[in-house]
Amino acid sequence: MINPGSGAAIALMIGAIVLTATAGDVLLASAMRAVGDLDHIKADRGLRGAIWAVVSESRFLAGGACMALSFFSLLFSLSHADVSLIAPAAGSLTFVSNAVAAKWVLHENVDRRRWLAAALVCCGVALLKH
Amino acid sequence: MQTLTLRRYLVLGVVTLASAFGDTSLAVGMKRLGPVPLSHPDALLTALQTPWVFAGILLLLVWTGCYLTALSWADLTFVLPATSLAYVAVALLSRFWLHEQISPARWLGIALITAGVGFVTQGPAYTPRESAETA
Repeated sequence: MINPGSGAAIALMIGAIVLTATAGDVLLASAMRAVGDLDHIKADRGLRGAIWAVVSESRFLAGGACMALSFFSLLFSLSHADVSLIAPAAGSLTFVSNAVAAKWVLHENVDRRRWLAAALVCCGVALLKH
Repeated sequence: MQTLTLRRYLVLGVVTLASAFGDTSLAVGMKRLGPVPLSHPDALLTALQTPWVFAGILLLLVWTGCYLTALSWADLTFVLPATSLAYVAVALLSRFWLHEQISPARWLGIALITAGVGFVTQGPAYTPRESAETA
């Protein structure tokens, strides 16, 4: 049994948050791409129409499920470790994994500026573990 | 061509603050509840009734609405960096509200993250698509 307070356990908890959050982010971003500009939809069909446009998109529901998993992983981990370690580490690693997923799955224009930002974030995360 | 108006920058600001205050509220609630044992994960359901956890959930609902709105007019790889000041806000809230210790190395890490993701916002916010060109 892994001690919930050990480094390995915290790494596992962060890994679970990152994996589920990345899947959730990519699915949500893909869903919102498919839905279109919410500001325009809200102007045309009102708030209710905009909400319906989002919740009737299947990828939104799948993304929401992944985000819920990520949320409970975060809730669980926060009872064992400091928020100043868990939140930045999981959030930053998610940024890097999202940059990769956005490039290959969503086909976003992840240019040199965005890759360099990902590298800086990696260094920042390494320092956060000290 | 998508342009960011003041209102859209405000949406990004709410995403940032709701995330920071939401995470910190959850942390306050979970610390007061105490460690959740691996053998009793159902204790997480009890946590939902804690006022701080409930407030954290409300803030994260606000975050969800604004985050989805932002994703409808900007790339994922733009929205995430653009809201990166949440890391700094979480660190400041942790230090001055929760009184958690933050070492100089962690401060440097937070600075690097913010620098790295901050300047990415200098680039375009949106990758045009065939399906989005009419928007």
